[in-house]
Amino acid sequence: MAASSGANETAIVISGLRKSFGATVALDGLDLTVNTGEVHGFLGPNGSGKSTTLRVLLGLLRKDGGEVRLLGGDPWRDAAQLHRRLAYVPGDVNLWPTLTGGEVIDLLSRLRGGSDEKKRAALLERFELDPRKKGRAYSKGNRQKVALIAALVSDVELLILDEPTSGLDPLMEGVFRECILGEAQQGRTVLLSSHLLSEVEALCDRVSIIRRGRTVESGTLAELRHLTRTSVRAELGASPVGLDRLPGVHDVLVEGSRVSCDVDTPHLGDLLRELTRLGVRDMTCQPPTLEELFRRHYADDRDAEGPRPAADGASRVAASR
Amino acid sequence: MNAFAGTGTLVRLAIRRDRILMPVWIVVFAALAASSAAATVGVYPTVQSRVAAAEAANAAPSIVALYGPVFDPTSLGGIALLKMNAFGALLVGILMIVFVVRHTRAEEEQGRLELMSAGVVGRFAPLTAALLVALGSSVLLGAATAAGLIGAGLPVGGSLTFGLMWATAGGTFSAVAAVAAQLTESARAGTGLSLVVLGLSYVFRAMGDTAGDAGPAWLSWVSPIGWAQQIRPFGGDRVWVAAISVVFVLLATGFAFALVQRRDIGAGLVRPRPGRAQASPLLGTPFGLAWRLQRGTLLAWSAAYLLLGAVFGNLASSVGDFVDTSQAREVITRLGGVKGLTDAFLSTEFGMMGVITAAYGIQAALRLRSEETALCAEPVLATGVSRPRWVASHLLVALAGATALMALAGSVAGLAYGAQTGDVPAELGRMLPAALVQLPAAWVLTGVAMLLFGVAPRWVAVAWVALVASLVIGELGSLLSLRQTVLNLSPFTHVPRMPGADFALAPVLWLVAVAAGLISLGIVAFRRRDVPA
Ligand SMILES: Nc1ncnc2c1ncn2[C@@H]1O[C@H](COP(=O)(O)OP(=O)(O)OP(=O)(O)O)[C@@H](O)[C@H]1O
Ligand SMILES: [Mg+2]
Repeated sequence: MAASSGANETAIVISGLRKSFGATVALDGLDLTVNTGEVHGFLGPNGSGKSTTLRVLLGLLRKDGGEVRLLGGDPWRDAAQLHRRLAYVPGDVNLWPTLTGGEVIDLLSRLRGGSDEKKRAALLERFELDPRKKGRAYSKGNRQKVALIAALVSDVELLILDEPTSGLDPLMEGVFRECILGEAQQGRTVLLSSHLLSEVEALCDRVSIIRRGRTVESGTLAELRHLTRTSVRAELGASPVGLDRLPGVHDVLVEGSRVSCDVDTPHLGDLLRELTRLGVRDMTCQPPTLEELFRRHYADDRDAEGPRPAADGASRVAASR
Repeated sequence: MNAFAGTGTLVRLAIRRDRILMPVWIVVFAALAASSAAATVGVYPTVQSRVAAAEAANAAPSIVALYGPVFDPTSLGGIALLKMNAFGALLVGILMIVFVVRHTRAEEEQGRLELMSAGVVGRFAPLTAALLVALGSSVLLGAATAAGLIGAGLPVGGSLTFGLMWATAGGTFSAVAAVAAQLTESARAGTGLSLVVLGLSYVFRAMGDTAGDAGPAWLSWVSPIGWAQQIRPFGGDRVWVAAISVVFVLLATGFAFALVQRRDIGAGLVRPRPGRAQASPLLGTPFGLAWRLQRGTLLAWSAAYLLLGAVFGNLASSVGDFVDTSQAREVITRLGGVKGLTDAFLSTEFGMMGVITAAYGIQAALRLRSEETALCAEPVLATGVSRPRWVASHLLVALAGATALMALAGSVAGLAYGAQTGDVPAELGRMLPAALVQLPAAWVLTGVAMLLFGVAPRWVAVAWVALVASLVIGELGSLLSLRQTVLNLSPFTHVPRMPGADFALAPVLWLVAVAAGLISLGIVAFRRRDVPA
């Protein structure tokens, strides 16, 4: 029922999006594609332009250039119609001081076209939220819950969430994850901006990473992992020589028979063959974490990490300078 | 940690934040006093002419109620600054209330105080800093005003006490606001509570001043406005009366500090009760939301208008009793009338209510801006609500609310005056149109606010400047003998002066058209801009 209209079209297509605030360039040719039915992670360091992108998508900010399609429409021109088909949780949730949480949930879902009573009650229960408190009396986490529930009660095709779990405790974050997985199962599309790597790993089918208003990586988690290095430590039968001449192997450190190094994940097989030849007594293999990937992109231009491994399958959208 | 630590830093911060606004207001006040003094010097050259004018004014309860008595009929300052005494003190009070709440409760509400208190700022520092700057500004305002009056040619002694009077008004209402800001949880409620105290002070003073020998004249002495006015500049210069205000300031600020000591940051003393778990059916449209957010304010305004309408309606009947000398007529005419003393009085009062109603309209329309900056507009505009529809919801509260207020005041005045003349339907038929005819001019200022919101959202406060300019033109325009082109800038200049004058359709239609044009332009501009901007 959720993804009824606009059957197979892509939920969000952004290409070459530009937006400046005076002299500040917030978005500088950003690309983003979110397929219908997927949970898409949207990552980037502070101030990289995530919230700005989402606000352009909602027709709150006017783009300076580029193309933006949302649910098959123009988010600036058709804002009100499109908004009935999506729900948004802003990054900074501020509630009206005189309205209770329950009233805010009802108000926002009604303005979107109605809500499901049973689902509302279930969500209040799961998030352990008291709907009778006034806006000012809620803690940051509870304000966040109000906004989340208001978005989740509506029967919409697309959820746009701007760091929705900032302020939630780990237990509530677990509840949030279950809810999002449930929504995804019903065929809803989710665009989730986040700083939490574990959250992105647990929820997202595909991920886009932006930096300074440009997309630097985009692909499935598996594809992105492929872009990173696995770190290997081994105790060998003999002291190794010439490991660093193998393709894709970096930072080799040899201490007697012990060795540690990093290897570009596509070349892991080559390294293992060589190590086996030398005789492995003990070995640990640290799988590539998203964190490593982020660190590479988040760490400014300082990252003189040598050439990146070629991208197999992952679309390299824009080369970072 | 020292509870006052960081006060100096906060003082500098407050001065920096208001480095333009506060000096501008101080100059405006000083200039207002000086220019009305300078304008009157030529009008009453002889002692006889002053005594005649002052006695006429003192004999008119409506004028005494509105502005207070002239304490020394022979003095030039007394008659020249009649409109500036209590009424000016009221305006100074508003300025200081807004300032103190802005630097205490508003800061706290936005979480900035929490940030600061976590640093090296002591518990009492924010309130101390706000009070120091407010009291300092009050003193400066008084000094600047005194200098202006001396420059305009008034006696030095009276000029200094006049400055003292305004400074004490600023001080007492700074202290009132300091207490209110601790009691309430929101800046809006804090300002509201302070303004209620201010309004009551004014009403008590009016009742005390008009009480006569047998009546409750002591009411003037329970009012901070009364304390300021009883210093009697140019009419005895009783500097010692200022001691009452000083004691009040000390007690009230002590009380405010005690409250700070007792409460948590972010909280008021009045604890909010839990509310409804589910929204009422009304709260499902943009207008439902706008109404819910603004109904409390409108209700408070309605109560004030009910009172105002009743007071004016009752006073109107006493205007006729008033000594019928030619000088008296002349004074009344100069104070702004056309024909028939009662009608002149009523049309003046309805004109003033029109300006006050414009203030209501501006603040209701500017709710749009405060919703936007508080990030409360974003979630609404991200639903199926279009921008014009969201704007229309708050504008409807502004325009229809203003209409309801004037209708209320007009009917109550008609009922009250009619009950005294014995012909309710006739008076109702005269008063209601006289009240409603002010609306198009008030709507024009709502339009100015809307235009600013669309075109220059950071400059919405300019709408208040437009209002003050209209007020000055209307109140002092004839006194300052401004040119007609300047007078025409105020929308209220074009309002038919009813009751008394005939209704004229053309200017009313023009005003409506201008208001509609401004609002439409504002909406068009708002559709094209970023939110938040
Ligand atoms: N209204 C505005 N006026 C001026 N500059 C702005 C405005 N909004 C955003 N910016 C700037 O645009 C850039 C991108 O900001 P944005 O809020 O989109 O970042 P973000 O990726 O959401 O960061 P975070 O992870 O901290 O939420 C920043 O440099 C920010 O300072
Ligand atoms: Mg953000």
